[in-house]
Amino acid sequence: MSIEIQGVSKHIGKFTALDNVDLTVNEGELVALLGPSGSGKTTLLRIIAGLETADQGSIVIDGEQASKRARDRNVGFVFQHYALFRHMSVFENIAFGLRVRPWATRPKNAKIREIVLSLLKLVQLEGLEKRYPSQLSGGQRQRVALARALAIEPKVLLLDEPFGALDARVRQELRRWLRRLHDDLHMTSVFVTHDQEEALEVADRIVVMNHGKIEQIGTPQEVYDHPANPFVYNFLGRVNLFHGRVHNGTVSMGEIKVDSPAPSDQDNVPVVGYVRPHDITIAKSRNGKATIEAKIQHINPVGPIVRVELERLDDRQPIAAEITRDQYYSDSYTVGDLVYVTPTNVGVFLDYDPVI
Amino acid sequence: MAGAPKLNLKQRHTGRSVTKPIWVRIILTLIAIIFLVGFLLLPLLEVFAQAFAGGVATYFATFKDPFVLSAIRLTLLAAAIAVPLNVVFGVAAAWSISKFNFPGKNILITLIDIPFAVSPVIAGLVFLLLFGHQGVLGPWLEAHNWKIVFAPAGIVIATLFVTFPFVARELIPLMQSQGTDEEQAALMLGANGWQMFRRITVPNIKWGLIYGVILCNSRAMGEFGAVYVVSGSIQGVTNTMPLEIETRMENFDFTTAYTLATALAMLALITLIVKTIVEYRSTRLLAEATE
Ligand SMILES: Nc1ncnc2c1ncn2[C@@H]1O[C@H](COP(=O)(O)OP(=O)(O)OP(=O)(O)O)[C@@H](O)[C@H]1O
Ligand SMILES: [Mg+2]
Repeated sequence: MSIEIQGVSKHIGKFTALDNVDLTVNEGELVALLGPSGSGKTTLLRIIAGLETADQGSIVIDGEQASKRARDRNVGFVFQHYALFRHMSVFENIAFGLRVRPWATRPKNAKIREIVLSLLKLVQLEGLEKRYPSQLSGGQRQRVALARALAIEPKVLLLDEPFGALDARVRQELRRWLRRLHDDLHMTSVFVTHDQEEALEVADRIVVMNHGKIEQIGTPQEVYDHPANPFVYNFLGRVNLFHGRVHNGTVSMGEIKVDSPAPSDQDNVPVVGYVRPHDITIAKSRNGKATIEAKIQHINPVGPIVRVELERLDDRQPIAAEITRDQYYSDSYTVGDLVYVTPTNVGVFLDYDPVI
Repeated sequence: MAGAPKLNLKQRHTGRSVTKPIWVRIILTLIAIIFLVGFLLLPLLEVFAQAFAGGVATYFATFKDPFVLSAIRLTLLAAAIAVPLNVVFGVAAAWSISKFNFPGKNILITLIDIPFAVSPVIAGLVFLLLFGHQGVLGPWLEAHNWKIVFAPAGIVIATLFVTFPFVARELIPLMQSQGTDEEQAALMLGANGWQMFRRITVPNIKWGLIYGVILCNSRAMGEFGAVYVVSGSIQGVTNTMPLEIETRMENFDFTTAYTLATALAMLALITLIVKTIVEYRSTRLLAEATE
């Protein structure tokens, strides 16, 4: 089922939590809502679920205006803190959605048992059906919450920071598992996260939000490689800023010149170039290229890539670079070395946005 | 955040007993014991001793006295009306206060506390001024031949008033700490309002509710001041147990007074025991809720 969000706004008192949001989630897609705290992710998710109503705009699910009441939408919702029923066993938690069905469509007890046990198997919690939520670990609670939401066979699954409260390893495992589950069950899913790595890894498309607005929608690669604006650049990982000016379609940042269709038709205006650490190359010699001179301040050779912290000689601004282990060993850098820095792949924006 | 309040309590307890020297602890404990024995246990024993002074047969014969029976009946009636109404009101008030935001919420919370703030005697006087012969509604009530003041109805109304905050006060913090997530989860799973209330809300507040009912009940049965003012102490008609005790004391019928007192004391003891059990359960629930 597709979800269409059309011109949705939400005000809480004088505060604008959502500002004219448009978004279409296609059938079978797994979409991540990504944004800093307070950007309106939860609010948007709750409006899709019907737990909150929009002041303006509409939600269309599967081509039809979504019904007013949350319970009629047949949407699976996993709460940020799971919201398991604390006085019910795991079994009863999962069975709840089946037990509250109207008498005519309610499955028989034996059937409910069969469904619950198969769901427990699906979320890999066999044998824990008699436990109570307080007797489970965080990851187990998370999976019970998921099984409970899946029991009503929703075609749309909404998850609010599903892995927020878990430690890094469990998060990684669970998010891959969620991706497989999503594909196997042919659902349309939207999940909220403020962890960009999580969004980049599992989502088909990412919706970057800020201050109740959508900043960019795109595949992980699109938003990562071609951020639409400085905010997205900043939010999706570390980034270096190079200040410069644009003139005749060329951006000059010190010696470095980048061809750039000017961000606007203005000329000779201050601009900022955004460069990711892995789009920075460093070399021991100048090689006749236009470069920036910098000194190595710190080297962190842990993991598959080596992080190098530099300081520019001209304006003493820091630069973060990431190089391969191979280059690190072949060039054998040490702290204090003078190196020549060349940015590749620069994103240029007008210099007026004081974001982050 | 998880379990923090519980942990703090524990630390504070052990901290105290470790740092204070042993003689301080002994003296403090002795003071507590002397106080308990002198002010609670001895009077209680005295009440029982006096009640049984005329022998066991006299003791039980007291319960055949029609005025005594009438007092017991009226006390039970007042409690039987006040407690259920309190449950309904308390749950409704706690529900709306803890789960919704609405204008005037703080005023409602303050209103609930009025019976705690006002002396019961004043509450009784207010009803007298409202419903009495000279009162605002008095002539109208008399025209319809409805008797409230100096009648059982007045007793019930006064009891309702003084017991009114108990259940709500007990439930509000519990429901606030539990939030609305579970209810919303139930809605998302297709439950209707009633199913949500019965299957999620009620089980979660069960122990707090029982505790509130116990407190409400013991106050309903033991209330003196407010009912005294509106009752007029008519034996066999408007005397509750505490009022009947007072009447008998004035008439120097100590055996009956003490016998009735033992009945009230028994009620208090039962309440205390149940309260201890429930308190244990509900603090545990509260701690779980804040985890
Ligand atoms: N009940 C409320 N009353 C007042 N403001 C609210 C309320 N609910 C949300 N807000 C505000 O609306 C904004 C968006 O909130 P929302 O919960 O959607 O953020 P979020 O993106 O989910 O953040 P987080 O990552 O911290 O969960 C926030 O600034 C928040 O303060
Ligand atoms: Mg949120």
